[in-house]
Amino acid sequence: MGATLKDATAIAGIGQTPFAKRLPESEKTLACRAITAALADAGIAPSEVDAFASYTMEETDEVEVAKAIGAGDVTFFSKVGYGGGGSCATVAHLAAAIATGQATVGVAWRSRKRGSGPRPWKNTAVQLPTPAQWTRPFGLLRPADEIGMLARRYMHQYGATRDHFFNVALACRNRANQNPAAVMYDRPLTREMYMTARWISEPLCLFDNCLETDGALACVLVSAERARGCRHAPVYVHAAAQGLPAQHHGMVNYWNDDPLTGPAWTAARHLWKSADFGPQDVDVAQIYDAFTPLIPLSLEGYGFCGRGEGAAFTEKGALEIGGRLPLNTGGGGLSEAYVHGFNLITEGVKQLRGTSTAQVPDASTCLVTAGEGVPTSALLLRS
Amino acid sequence: MKFMKPSVTAATDNRTASATPVDNSPTTAAEPATADGRSDPADGFLLPVPDDDGAPFWAYAASGELRVQACADCGELRFPPRPCCPHCQSFASEWRRMSGRGRIWSYVRPHPPLLPAYAALAPYNAIIVELAEAPRIRLVGNLVSAPDAALNSVPPERLRIGAAVKVTFHEMADGVTVPRWLLERP
Repeated sequence: MGATLKDATAIAGIGQTPFAKRLPESEKTLACRAITAALADAGIAPSEVDAFASYTMEETDEVEVAKAIGAGDVTFFSKVGYGGGGSCATVAHLAAAIATGQATVGVAWRSRKRGSGPRPWKNTAVQLPTPAQWTRPFGLLRPADEIGMLARRYMHQYGATRDHFFNVALACRNRANQNPAAVMYDRPLTREMYMTARWISEPLCLFDNCLETDGALACVLVSAERARGCRHAPVYVHAAAQGLPAQHHGMVNYWNDDPLTGPAWTAARHLWKSADFGPQDVDVAQIYDAFTPLIPLSLEGYGFCGRGEGAAFTEKGALEIGGRLPLNTGGGGLSEAYVHGFNLITEGVKQLRGTSTAQVPDASTCLVTAGEGVPTSALLLRS
Repeated sequence: MKFMKPSVTAATDNRTASATPVDNSPTTAAEPATADGRSDPADGFLLPVPDDDGAPFWAYAASGELRVQACADCGELRFPPRPCCPHCQSFASEWRRMSGRGRIWSYVRPHPPLLPAYAALAPYNAIIVELAEAPRIRLVGNLVSAPDAALNSVPPERLRIGAAVKVTFHEMADGVTVPRWLLERP
């Protein structure tokens, strides 16, 4: 076998802006603030940055970021598609570049004003070709409608209930209530609030949907050796994977043998194949939560339970601190901030540094996942 | 053919979605259902944006036929249409007529916020139908009480996974016809 990514690189710095429904500064400014904060956290000068990775949906490009923060000569830059499916892949691409000597200091980031900016689905002049032709004319307009279809089928096929989705929403909200940076820090959620909330797309209600947030986050990746000399204990990238399954169709994944077997399964197979530990050894998980049903689907995909058992897995406080698998300990996209999942990466780092606001005692391994239901990616982090 | 009127120059990537929010869409004019329950086929609803591969589907729909692309060599059906067969890589294809019968595989009932024309009918239904001949071919559509009835014309208690449905056709706008679905046992 040739080169491996295993523990070859580490996240040495993380940074973020405040999160809010509306922030006054531009996406570009927010991006620069998060990136410079991450570099300061690592104790690395911006002039040392020679690699960048972000999402194709990121509006501030490498040229703008590099010249604003004062980066040096950049020898690697990469962008990953499919919205929130690309979050972990930004780190994975930097890890590959650094492990193979193409760069030495990489920055991954996401800056987005989704709270005060436009809802993408309202722009009917710019549509993806498959939905534009086959689904949107029938009123399947928004991501919530597209995932709602899978959620309804999942409930029908495996006996999942709204209480299971509530378990997910509640776990995220409870963690947000411990996190002063979370948008929902001082807003507790009750079962009654959930069960009486307005519908967005039946079977999904308001609390099954992520927040709409302005904010930016970044992290700094270096070689494992370099990281050991940085200001914080290294958080190693133990394994990384992307996943585009055979006959997958993006958010409208209705045309294959089993639409409930999503990209998580593909990413997971590669992730566990290259890891020294398995799902039973994961201390804490940061699972992409644009919609609550993505959690049971992902729990199955990443091997925490069997097929169709993801909903039942959420019972008995399994996703809470002290449960079988503490979930989204900063509050996640549902209750901390929705910035295309990048806050899940930084929260994973905080857990393994021991500095989370909802710290899992002695956490040493963390799974971080990107958007399920689209071509996705995932990371296994360890301390 | 007259159905080929790509009304918008659809970009093929949403990366510019928030960069250029040029709202020149027809969706600003809400067209609520008319008094007799028929949906107004005028602007406001999104028309299908056919591509080269899908164009025959819409041409057949305009003549009242539900046809699905199949490989002309190995015979496998495929949907959505695409240039070559994922099973045998043949570029030869044909359009095979379906019976138009199927079952509801899943459904949602969207509520606002929605585009104005759809919001005026909310909550309405959107369904996925698995075709009787090919259960893995699933079409997104609407369950309606009559071919030209509104998207909210079927009472929600009639929506059920597994319910048998049959295709009908509705002219959304001049020359643009879409398949819709009726309950086998209304």
